[in-house]
Amino acid sequence: MTRILPVLTILLAILLFWYAMAVHMNAPWQTTLNTRADLTEVPFTTFAQQTWAQDKPVLPAPHQVITEIWNATVALELSSKRSLAYHGWITLSATLLGFAFGTALGVLLAVAIIHNDASDRSLMPWIIASQTIPILAVAPMVVVGLGAVGLTGLVPKALISMYLSFFPVVVGMVKGLRSPENIQLDLMRTYDASPWQVFWKLRWPAAMPFLFASMKVGIAISLIGAVVAELSNASGGGLGVRLLTGSYNGQTVQIWAALFIAAGLAAILVALVGSAERLVNRRMGARA
Amino acid sequence: MSDTVIETSFAKDTGPAVVRAEHLGLTFPTGDGDVVALSDVNLTINKGDFVSFIGPSGCGKTTFLRTIADLEKPTSGTLTINGMSAEEARRARAYGYVFQAPALYPWRTIEKNIALPLEIMGYAPAQQAERIKRTMDLVNLSGFEKKYPWQLSGGMQQRASIARALAFDADLLLMDEPFGALDEIVRDHLNSELLKLWDRTQKTICFVTHSIPEAVYLSTKIVVMSPRPGRVTDVIESTLPRERPLDIRETPEFLAIAARVRDGLRAGHSYDGEHV
Repeated sequence: MTRILPVLTILLAILLFWYAMAVHMNAPWQTTLNTRADLTEVPFTTFAQQTWAQDKPVLPAPHQVITEIWNATVALELSSKRSLAYHGWITLSATLLGFAFGTALGVLLAVAIIHNDASDRSLMPWIIASQTIPILAVAPMVVVGLGAVGLTGLVPKALISMYLSFFPVVVGMVKGLRSPENIQLDLMRTYDASPWQVFWKLRWPAAMPFLFASMKVGIAISLIGAVVAELSNASGGGLGVRLLTGSYNGQTVQIWAALFIAAGLAAILVALVGSAERLVNRRMGARA
Repeated sequence: MSDTVIETSFAKDTGPAVVRAEHLGLTFPTGDGDVVALSDVNLTINKGDFVSFIGPSGCGKTTFLRTIADLEKPTSGTLTINGMSAEEARRARAYGYVFQAPALYPWRTIEKNIALPLEIMGYAPAQQAERIKRTMDLVNLSGFEKKYPWQLSGGMQQRASIARALAFDADLLLMDEPFGALDEIVRDHLNSELLKLWDRTQKTICFVTHSIPEAVYLSTKIVVMSPRPGRVTDVIESTLPRERPLDIRETPEFLAIAARVRDGLRAGHSYDGEHV
């Protein structure tokens, strides 16, 4: 109860603010509509309800978004092109594949960097530079370019996810694999341990907390990568495509519904990484 | 620095030499000039000796221990361990090293921490289990096999790290202020346990400390060192018997040795104005 109460309070405040802003932002259009319909002297309560029930509101009310989510998921066939569950699944599969690629790439680069001075100096600047390029500019080139050589569908999107998600993993794992103290490394030296043994028995377990912290960031931006990649290929489907078509057609309710599904997916994915972390922590004897 | 003192002390030694240092020197290059950590160290440590290295900080006692362990490379002189070079000795796993901190791996249980060197050296699981049991008995930690390091007190953690150093059959035990971070009561207790352990296992022990009573209580040989440059100023052969109850520390014999150690430290002119 002590944990749920603050969360509920904030949620309530957000909802109140949202409804108030919906009235405020949709009011000009509603006034125009009412003038056209010769409706005068509309009481404020009625006017507020009108602003919360527009077809294409500037800011849809929360209940409109929730109704749209319900209609587009539970109430629809999964195979329907309008089903957010269908599009969500497309985005999710690209996210997960990209996240797996990204984590693997990030770990491999980190291993190369900590074991080799030359790769430390030569790779790190490029890795950092890679993240200064706006992904919005890169994604279409990658998706269209790979499409031209016949690679379409899941993989190009996963590559964009990988491009974003490998970065926190490299940075975190370089730090994590270097986290063992000198005394722990000296101990390995007194045993004449091989580099392989030092890695698996010391560096890798010591890096676990860093890996999970990085993966939490990585999986959230994997989802963003997948959505951005979908914007470049409207025929492939996915939440990004729903956002795009929604904005073409002024379907703000559809945009918000897709946004909420994406945010919900991200939250679930981060929570899943968090549970995996707790599981690993328990197996590694962390303080309860 | 008088070689004669050391040479005469050689004469009384009985067992074969485990560690032999001749004109050993180690200089660290730093930004503002070289730091002479060890200068012309001549020392022989024989099998079964319990040797303490005592001196103020900066006297090179830890550096000397690390040089024996091949964790530092000497810049001059010769050093042999069991007739081998320090590196060969390390590769042959000739010694167990106990650091100032327990350095237990927090994700391993106590028994798994003790198993660490055994895993690395490729002992079979059955041998590992037998050695873990034996060394945990030896340091009185039986019953704590499945605990994680954070569940143990500092003294128990350090005992676990001693067990880890004993788990494989190195005859030489190098201990770098292992009880420095512990309170006096725990330290007394561990000191007498360490003596019993030394008696039972017949190991050769090199022990770095900055406590005079600890050095005199434990050692058969006390090496007094002084800083700038790090060097040996005196080597004292203890006349105390091998069997040492804690109250031996009140005997005149004990106090006489302690006085000589204190004199040796003072002669090093290490603490200008500070008392030793």
